[in-house]
Amino acid sequence: MTQAVMQKDRLLFEGADWDFATLQRIHDACEEIAIGELGLDVYPNQIEVITAEQMLDAYSSTGMPLFYRHWSFGKHFAHHEAFYRRGMRDLAYEIVINSSPCISYLMEENTATMQTLVIAHAAFGHNHFFKNNYLFKLWTDAEGILDYLDFAKGYIARCEERYGETAVERTLDAAHALMSHGVHRYAGKTRLDLRQEEKRQQERRAHEEQMFNDLWRTVPAGRKRDAADVDLERRRAALGLPQDNLLYFLEKSSPRLQPWQREILRIVRHVAQYFHPQRQTKVMNEGTATYVHYQIMDRLHARGQISDGNYFEFLKSHTNVVFQPTFDDRRFSGFNPYALGFAMMQDIERIVTKPTDEDREWFPDIAGRGDPMQVLRGIWADYRDESFISQFLSPHLIRKWRLFQLYDDPQVSEGILVSAIHDERGYKRVRRQLAREYDIGWTDPRIDIVDVDLAGDRRLLLQHRAPNDWVLEDSETRQVLQHLADLWGYDVMLQEIDGSEQVVKEHSAHPREILQRGESSS
Amino acid sequence: MHIIDRRLNPRGKSLENRQRFLRRAKDAVQQAVRRSLQSRSIRDVLDGGEVSLPIGGMGEPSFRRAEGGITDHVLPGNRAFVEGDIIPRPPGQGAGRPKEAGQGDGEDGFRFVLTREEFLSVFLDDLELPELAKRRLSETEEMSPVRAGYSISGSPSNLSIDRTTRLAMMRRIALKRPKPAEIEALQRQIDECDNEETRLLLETELKSLTDRIRRIPYVDPLDVRYRRFENEPKPVAKAVMFCLMDVSGSMSEHMKDLAKRFYLLLYLFLSQRYEKVEIVFIRHTEKAEEVDEETFFYGQATGGTLVSSALAAMRTIIAARFDPTEWNIYAAQASDGDNSYRDEAPTGHLLKHEILPLCQYFAYIEVDEEGGDSSVSNSPLWRLYESIRSEMAPLAMRKVCRKNEIFPVFHDLFQKRSTQTKAVP
Repeated sequence: MTQAVMQKDRLLFEGADWDFATLQRIHDACEEIAIGELGLDVYPNQIEVITAEQMLDAYSSTGMPLFYRHWSFGKHFAHHEAFYRRGMRDLAYEIVINSSPCISYLMEENTATMQTLVIAHAAFGHNHFFKNNYLFKLWTDAEGILDYLDFAKGYIARCEERYGETAVERTLDAAHALMSHGVHRYAGKTRLDLRQEEKRQQERRAHEEQMFNDLWRTVPAGRKRDAADVDLERRRAALGLPQDNLLYFLEKSSPRLQPWQREILRIVRHVAQYFHPQRQTKVMNEGTATYVHYQIMDRLHARGQISDGNYFEFLKSHTNVVFQPTFDDRRFSGFNPYALGFAMMQDIERIVTKPTDEDREWFPDIAGRGDPMQVLRGIWADYRDESFISQFLSPHLIRKWRLFQLYDDPQVSEGILVSAIHDERGYKRVRRQLAREYDIGWTDPRIDIVDVDLAGDRRLLLQHRAPNDWVLEDSETRQVLQHLADLWGYDVMLQEIDGSEQVVKEHSAHPREILQRGESSS
Repeated sequence: MHIIDRRLNPRGKSLENRQRFLRRAKDAVQQAVRRSLQSRSIRDVLDGGEVSLPIGGMGEPSFRRAEGGITDHVLPGNRAFVEGDIIPRPPGQGAGRPKEAGQGDGEDGFRFVLTREEFLSVFLDDLELPELAKRRLSETEEMSPVRAGYSISGSPSNLSIDRTTRLAMMRRIALKRPKPAEIEALQRQIDECDNEETRLLLETELKSLTDRIRRIPYVDPLDVRYRRFENEPKPVAKAVMFCLMDVSGSMSEHMKDLAKRFYLLLYLFLSQRYEKVEIVFIRHTEKAEEVDEETFFYGQATGGTLVSSALAAMRTIIAARFDPTEWNIYAAQASDGDNSYRDEAPTGHLLKHEILPLCQYFAYIEVDEEGGDSSVSNSPLWRLYESIRSEMAPLAMRKVCRKNEIFPVFHDLFQKRSTQTKAVP
């Protein structure tokens, strides 16, 4: 009897109803486990309760609580709304924002169990990942993002007042078209201060003195480079070419843009850069959050803070979330990042705690280390999807999921070749290929600005590297190129180059002067 | 940890983006709205609702890879394949990767729900009554607020701050409210004073001052003034629209449907755009009667045809209720063009000498069977009107055979003409 009463006292909630005190209790209980037992390190949490309509709002502005105005967000809203109204799609249970404090939106319709799940998932799982993963640390500024968006919104609104909505809209349209190619993929070099510079210089000199050998003077020099080559090289160096960040190049070097247009390009570029890490860590991010919520819910249940009935409700939605249909299933639409991430992390837990001989051979660093959370925290901090999969997809999991690899060459008329399956010969190949599919440097078309004819007609030359005959989609490329030409102000040409350095296709565009006209009317 | 309840935040955060989207998609929305008018039943037209928008021109392009090329794929759930197996390509799918379901959620077009207001504003865009003039002060007056001094009561948004502070200052001076500087000076004096007696004296003085400052507030409710507005009657242009419809036996169901659709558009247009427009419905066979809109649109009647009866009825009603010097008079007549031979002369006379001189605009719609040719007409009524029109009368004529011609004709008859004198309805 007394035990039953105590049991009741310990429960965080009963049934499906919740209020704000319940949320607070749930959060505190989750926090105790997340920080105390799992050793997570999170930004302070801010939990916001929203309605379905507000969730749709959030969807259409990429989840951010404030965003500048643009028609495309209205379009996305209408699109989502139409699907939602017809009951074709459920809304997400939550949205979480990589900011500090970390904002998680909870839907008001969720039951208490779902709110617990969501708090564990978003406010601790995602939150920890945002704060600790190296990509997010490198590319995003969680403290500053909301202020920056506030600035962006205000700035663009002021531009609209001053230069007209049409002019701003056209600039934004063009910038959005190039958004996918408006990110820095690699961190630039950090500028050294004078002291470091001097130190380096000294080291270099010391090295030269050490390595001095008069013999080198007598070695014949190579062929002298002709003037055209040197000229090209100098020009490229001056403009920072080749450049894969198209928006950055336009912002810095486009000759005909107004200062406010450059600032708008910069805003769009910053937003793209902010979301860039998320694109590279879908599996890890969702895997982390799913693993964390599973751990927290499990422990809450073990402590008697969640009733058996509610725990079953959790298990049901958890199972739905991590469901992975097989390739011949009607519901199959690629890998489910929740399922893949969660399965891999559970697999890592298994390797760390109960390794087999195979695991010891494949993962000598982590097999049998004993503390899964420590290993996982390290992995969460230092990897992205591509490197995570190529390091940690184990033969065990490949067998369990029965992964296989298809090689499809349209030139081969017989059909599609099964090039690897879950056997000794296939593990590495399957793993390499799956990792590659998560490498956006490989899956996104790679486009560089390679040259500008500064002395002549200022034509901008771009190149698309198209290995395996992966050419660009024709009509869309034409439209994007048109936007690019409008921003550049002169002709633009895009060459597609296949693996053997042959130009397979050329697109070109001529500027429409609409951006320039927009501003002269103001 | 903070918990914030956002549910009560103002709704419609994305309204502005939605309006921008609609503006951007204006042509597509207009097309869609017009298309939806043809397919809907007359009763449903007013309700707004779902339209289907093609997304062409609304796309957001980006650099994307085309289908094809050599692809490698990892898939889960191998059952029977071993390395080196060749799987024949599914027929019809040409070359390429296994199709990934759920991609691109029908981005090439989607159903879009317009609110009633959006629907009507798109639909009635750039229409107006031609030649609206004759502004008068009507009995049911339109008011516009004009500034009329200040009052002691009003809504907070009308608070006149400078008037209020001015009054407050007057009151403070009149009642000799001590200034904070005085009190400060006194306080300083007390602090510096070393004579006990004068200090007590000063302190009582300070106390009386602070009491006084507490009693006399800086701003008193008495001082508060609001800007006052008075309503001033505004001259309005009054207009009446006569809808004359032939419901005789020669009108087939199809023709009646066309005529009704036309009047429905007219009704919709007038009732939405102009507050001060009377609409008179007259239907006629060999005799005319004034009916309410319900009977007009949905009632059944049949008989012979005497067009002059409708015109005569219109003349009577004008004489009884609508003084032509005050009212802008419009008429829209729909008929299949049949009229009895003996009625031709009276009709022509009535129209030419009695009706048209009173009218700002008279629109005649001739409806015909589905297969008819809407560019030519040979009906007796058409020939008669044609002869009248050639004498510079404000008479417009159109012929309609198919449902999809209704809107263009309607739009054509009532579109804004830039040369016209604009009048406030």
